[in-house]
Amino acid sequence: MKILLLFAIINICTLIPLAQADTLFITLEKDNALAVVDGNTGKLIKTVKIGKRPRGIVLSKDQKQLYIAASDDNTILIIDTASLKPVAKLPSDKDPETFAMDPSGEFLYVSNEDDNLVTVIDIAKRKALKQIPVGVEPEGIAVSPDGQWVVSTSETTNMVHWIDRAKLEIVENTLVDPRPRSAVFTADGKQLWVSSEIAGNVSVFDVASKQLIKKISFKIPAVTQEKIQPVGMRIDKTRRYAYVALGPANRVAVIDAEKLEVIDYFLVGQRVWNIEFSSDEKRLYTANGVSNDVSFIDLENHKVVKSVPVGQYPWGLAVKP
Amino acid sequence: MLYDLNWLRAGERQEQSRYTPSKFQLFHFTNNRLIMKTVHKTLLIGLLCLMHAISIHANPKKSAKIETPPHVESPKPTQSNGEKLTIAYIGQDQINPPILPYFLSKPEDDGLQGALLGINDNNTTGRFTGQSYQLKETRLDSDGDAIAAFKQLVAEGNRHIIVNLNSTITASLARLPEAVNVLIYQVGSSDDRLRQEDCSASLIHLLPSRAMRTDALMQYLNKKRWQKIFLVIGPDENDKLYASAVKRSAQRYGLRIVAEKPWQFSIDDRRTPESEIPVFTQGFDYDVLVVADESGLLGDLLPYRTWQPRPVAGTQGLVSTAWHFTHESWGALQLQKRFREQAKRWMTEQDYAAWLAVRSIGESASRVKSTDFDKIKGFMLSREFALAGFKGVPLSFRPWDHQLRQPILLTTDRSLVAVAPIEGFLHQKNELDTLGFDQQDSQCHINN
Repeated sequence: MKILLLFAIINICTLIPLAQADTLFITLEKDNALAVVDGNTGKLIKTVKIGKRPRGIVLSKDQKQLYIAASDDNTILIIDTASLKPVAKLPSDKDPETFAMDPSGEFLYVSNEDDNLVTVIDIAKRKALKQIPVGVEPEGIAVSPDGQWVVSTSETTNMVHWIDRAKLEIVENTLVDPRPRSAVFTADGKQLWVSSEIAGNVSVFDVASKQLIKKISFKIPAVTQEKIQPVGMRIDKTRRYAYVALGPANRVAVIDAEKLEVIDYFLVGQRVWNIEFSSDEKRLYTANGVSNDVSFIDLENHKVVKSVPVGQYPWGLAVKP
Repeated sequence: MLYDLNWLRAGERQEQSRYTPSKFQLFHFTNNRLIMKTVHKTLLIGLLCLMHAISIHANPKKSAKIETPPHVESPKPTQSNGEKLTIAYIGQDQINPPILPYFLSKPEDDGLQGALLGINDNNTTGRFTGQSYQLKETRLDSDGDAIAAFKQLVAEGNRHIIVNLNSTITASLARLPEAVNVLIYQVGSSDDRLRQEDCSASLIHLLPSRAMRTDALMQYLNKKRWQKIFLVIGPDENDKLYASAVKRSAQRYGLRIVAEKPWQFSIDDRRTPESEIPVFTQGFDYDVLVVADESGLLGDLLPYRTWQPRPVAGTQGLVSTAWHFTHESWGALQLQKRFREQAKRWMTEQDYAAWLAVRSIGESASRVKSTDFDKIKGFMLSREFALAGFKGVPLSFRPWDHQLRQPILLTTDRSLVAVAPIEGFLHQKNELDTLGFDQQDSQCHINN
C-alpha cells in the first residue's frame, strides 16, 4: 500500500513538472469572492469574500498588494496579499471592469464601461488624476512596456484609442473589427494585439506605424464559427508563442507569434475568458466562467494537466511568484 | 419594483386598433378595469413616479472603515465639426388593447428612446471619426397622416427614415415614388407580407418577422419533443397571419397541429374564463397549446385554465422576442443599463429595433469613413457588414429581402428560456438563416 502511494506521488510529480511556487488569485464574479490556489498542486487554499462583482485583477509591482475591480461597488480595492484584507479603495468611478498598470507601477488606467471614460489613478495618492472620454463601452486596456502608450478598446465604437501617456490625450484612433475585447502589447513593445469577439479574430498592429500587420482567424473542427469569440490573450516574453482564450468555444488557441499562424488548440473549461502565465511561463492558467474552474496547461508538454474547481464565475487571474 | 416590467410581453406587436365594442364585453371584469383607468390614472401615475424616484435615490452608499476618495468631475465630450447626418423618425400613437391594465400599457416613446440612444452612441463614436448625428422626430397622433409626414421629410432631403408604423402604412410608404432614393428602416411591424409579396428595395426590416418568431418557437418545441400542437386563433386579421406562420414553421420543423380552433367571442357577460377555457380545450390530446393572439385579448387567460395541464406558447406564455429585460448575456447588460438610465424604463423590442437601425447607419458610416448615402447603403447591405447587437453573433442583412438576421429570445414574463437558433439546427451558410424565409423560399429577390 505504501509503495503504491509512493508510486502515485512520483507519478503526480512527473506529470506536473515542478514550477516555481506560484500563488494564483482568482476573482469570482458571482461569489463576490477571491479564490487563492496553489500554483503547483492546484489546491484551493482559501476563498475570501471581497467587494461586489469582482472582475479585473492586477498584482502590484512589489507583489505585496492586489488591485481588484469591485464593479458593483464602483471601486478598485487594494487587497493585502498576505492578510487578504482590503487596505484601501481607489477612485475608479462607475463600474470598473478591466484596468492596466503602468510599467512604473505608479498608475492605473481603468475602463469605465458605462460612462465611456478611461480614469487615470495615482495609486500612491489614491487619487484620480484625469478622465479621458473614449468610445462607447471601453473594455480592453493596455500600457506599452516603454510607457509611451495607453490603448483603450471600445466595444460598440469598435476602435483602438491611442492615448499619449505623457499628455493623457487621445492622439490617434484605429478602427478594428466588431466588439474589440482585449488589448495586449508584446514584451518588446513593437506589436499590439487586439481580440475582436464578434468578428472572431485577432488583429496584430505595428505600434510604430499603427498599421495592421495581420488578422488571425480561427477554425476548429465541429465548432461553429459563432462560438469562436476571442477574449483574453497572453504573448510570451520572447514573442515565440501567443495564447488566445476563445470564450464559448472552450478552447485556448496556440499561435506561432513569429509567423502569426494558429498551430494548435487546447480544450479547457467552458467559456474561457482570461488567462495568465505562471511566473516562469511554463504554464498557463485559464479562468473558465461557466464551468467554474481554472485549467492548468503545461506549455512544455502541450497538455492540459488539471482542472481546479474554484467557485462561481471565475473572471480574472493574477499570479504571484 | 416590478410594476414596469410586466407590460414587456414582447412578441405581441400591436398594429392598429381593430377592437369593436363587443370585445370589451368578453369577460366582465374588463369593463371595471376601463372605469378604473379613467378615474385613477393620473393619481396612480404620480404615485408610481414617486416610488420610482425613491428607488433611485434611496441607495445609500455604506462607507466602511476604508477611506473613500473624492469623486472626480468627468470631462465634457468635445463636439466634432466634421460631417453631419440627420436620421428621421416617424412614430404614431397606438391605441392600447382593452384587456391590458393601463400601467402595463406600452410606453408612448416606444421606439423613439431606442433611436435616441443610438444617436448618442453614434455621436460618441463620431467624436473620433468627425461624424455627428441628429434625430429629426415626427410624432403623429393615432389618426395622423403618416404618408404626408413621410413626403415632407423626403422633400426636406432626409434619406434615412426610421418608421415605427403598422404594416399597411409601411407598405404604402414603400410604394411611393418618394421612397425610391431613400431607405426606410421599419421598426413597427413583423408582418411577413412586408418581407414577401409587398417587399421593397427601400425597406430595411429591423424587427424579426412573424416567420422568424414562429421558427424560433418551433425549433424549441422540436427540441423539447412537444410535437403535438393545439392551435388557438384569435379573431383579428393579424392573429390569422400569425397562425399561418405557425403552420408553416410547424411543417418546417416536423411538428403536428393536432387541433385548431378559432376563439369565439360572445357578448354574454355570464361567461367567465374559468368556465369557458376548460371546455374549449377538452376532447383531444396535445403536448402544447400555441396561441395566435397578437392583440393580447385572450392569450393570457389560457395558462393554468386548460383542461389538461399543458404549457402555453406563441403570442403569450412562452413568446419569441427580439429583446427582453431578462437578457443580460454578451454584454447586453451594458445596453440595458445605458437605456434604463436614459429612458427610466426597460427597453422594448421597438426600442431595440430603432437602436439597431441607428447603429447600422453609424457602423457603416464609420467603416466607409463617409456620411454619403450610397456609400453607407452599399456597405450596410454588403457581406462585410457585421453589427454587434449584444446577442453573441454578428448581425447582418439578408440581401434578398433586407431582413436583419438575428438570434431570437424565447422568454416568459420574467425568465429567458432559450435563445434560437437552438443548438443543432444547422444551415449551410449562416445558422441565423434557419429562422424565417431563406433565400430559396422567399418570394422577394431584391438582389437579383
